[in-house]
Amino acid sequence: MTRALSPVIVGAGPAGIRAAEALVAAGLRPVLIDEAARGGGQIYRQPPDGGFTRPKTALYGTEAAKADAVHRALDRIRDRVDYRPRTLVWNCERGALDLLCDGVTDTIPYGPLILATGATDRVLPFPGWTLPGVFTLGGSQVALKFQGCAIGRRVAFLGTGPLLYLVACQYLKAGVEVAGVFDTTPQTVQARALPGMLRDPATLAKGLALVGWLRLHGVPVHHGIRPIAVEGEGRVRALRVRHGAGEIAVECDAVAFGLGLRSETQLADLAGCAFRFDPMDRAWLPVRDTAGRTSVPGLYIAGDGGGIAGADAAELAGERAARAALEDAGLPVDAARVAWLDRRLARVAAFRRALNAAFPFPQDWAATIPDDLMLCRCEGVSAGTLRGVGQRGEAREINRAKALTRVGMGRCQGRVCGAAAAELLAGALGVGPDAVGRLRAQPPIKPLPITATPVQEATP
Amino acid sequence: MALLQRVAEQGRRVVRFTLDGRPVEALEGDTILTAMLTNGDHLRRSEFADSPRAGFCLMGACQDCWVRTEEGDRLRACGTFIAEGMRLVSASEWTAAGGEGQP
Ligand SMILES: Cc1cc2nc3c(=O)[nH]c(=O)nc-3n(C[C@H](O)[C@H](O)[C@H](O)COP(=O)(O)OP(=O)(O)OC[C@H]3O[C@@H](n4cnc5c(N)ncnc54)[C@H](O)[C@@H]3O)c2cc1C
Ligand code: FES
Repeated sequence: MTRALSPVIVGAGPAGIRAAEALVAAGLRPVLIDEAARGGGQIYRQPPDGGFTRPKTALYGTEAAKADAVHRALDRIRDRVDYRPRTLVWNCERGALDLLCDGVTDTIPYGPLILATGATDRVLPFPGWTLPGVFTLGGSQVALKFQGCAIGRRVAFLGTGPLLYLVACQYLKAGVEVAGVFDTTPQTVQARALPGMLRDPATLAKGLALVGWLRLHGVPVHHGIRPIAVEGEGRVRALRVRHGAGEIAVECDAVAFGLGLRSETQLADLAGCAFRFDPMDRAWLPVRDTAGRTSVPGLYIAGDGGGIAGADAAELAGERAARAALEDAGLPVDAARVAWLDRRLARVAAFRRALNAAFPFPQDWAATIPDDLMLCRCEGVSAGTLRGVGQRGEAREINRAKALTRVGMGRCQGRVCGAAAAELLAGALGVGPDAVGRLRAQPPIKPLPITATPVQEATP
Repeated sequence: MALLQRVAEQGRRVVRFTLDGRPVEALEGDTILTAMLTNGDHLRRSEFADSPRAGFCLMGACQDCWVRTEEGDRLRACGTFIAEGMRLVSASEWTAAGGEGQP
């Protein structure tokens, strides 16, 4: 690792902050870039400056101590890193990163690069999903944590995954009425996954406590449901779901919705990393070894940006990737610490498999999406349009389908519609989602304002 | 009627702005999304579906929250903070390339 070319970390969540900490401890001065104004990432996101007063115990609950430790870690190293908040990395080609900060663009070269870009909600469309008042589960939590707002007065929680129960509890604690929790996973499936989750009894206990707490407060929790529709004109009035042979309808003015998370992998793609289909995440992910090394020398991936594993794993993986970068640069590393990290990461991976079994992706959902339903929120393309190019044999691959239909080409670049598009095309072709390939990233990975101007002087 | 409900952190300084010409109030540290949706029930109309939209992810992923100012600037509402005197528009529809900031 030459000192001339600083190591760069993208993402100041648990993974990126722990990576930066390890590099600083080795005497380096990494560049740490994040789109957000303050460090912490998704789970430990901090409220903006401007008079927010809730203590961390109110914001992060049982995870307050961990959140505080991560925030403090960043505070401690702040003057020894080139920290660039409010900065989007929008391209990552030819050994340089293209940045946008406060409307000004800049390009910086990188030496070793650690991508710790995290994840966002995975969703599939259902009738009514574009109505105002339907938000992602993660977004519903952001509203509460980051803005002190609820997405409605009476909120229904729909989807699957640990976040479904966590956010429902957080809303209830904030005094919001919870109209019900509607989990796509059947209870029998969750019961079968229980023994595997005993690998991490503390986390399992926290999860069971959430469900117990909801029931104690009279919140109906339904398992094995499929959505029929969110109803309302201009805004949410009710949610209807299929439950066994019957139907449940609840009145609500908002719906929080998510089916687990999807990794943010565009930068790894633009940097030329090899990908493989991961059956557990049901997504194409960058190939990496247990330390986070990708197929591109000097490029490492840590945390949920390389595959969903949660916050504790992200901290471990961040430090592990930094140590791999140090080792690859011929710098000394503490072998005992590395071995400890590897053991912990292996344990988390095993728990993660059990968690995935407890909240599986509803594989039959895509087939039930009506042809006339809007699949692409950006450009209003229907599910039937995408299915059609598959059924007529015009596209057997997702990028071809994108070129023909514009699905995945809009402003979100497939972040919202990507999972659904792969499932729908695969369904139309009668193959698995692995067989339709991977939606390729395009710079800029997020829209840039047309008023963006290049930086005036060369960066120091 | 407001889409978002304030449930905490209400002791912040008041910030005044206009929404479709109407003078309204938000709090310091609100995103434009929060400021608009505590005063109304949508951010914009989709140019393709002619339906109202109010954002979706609140974390910069979906890009469904781009709004317009009276001056014609386009801003990502979930990632931009409200400022005193902003003049925001939720009533108008806008064109295909709008999110990329084109007029
Ligand atoms: C709302 C939400 C709540 C969650 N709650 C939990 C929970 O309770 N428990 C749990 O175990 N997991 C939770 N998760 C999962 C979560 O992804 C991880 O636990 C954890 O946040 C992962 O840490 P990370 O460092 O890998 O990524 P993140 O924490 O997601 O951090 C990634 C950072 O990278 C930045 N970034 C990404 N791309 C760019 C770019 N191109 N340019 C600049 N910056 C960029 C982002 O702004 C972000 O700050 C949650 C996820 C979400 C979305
Ligand atoms: S609400 Fe999704 S990008 Fe703003």
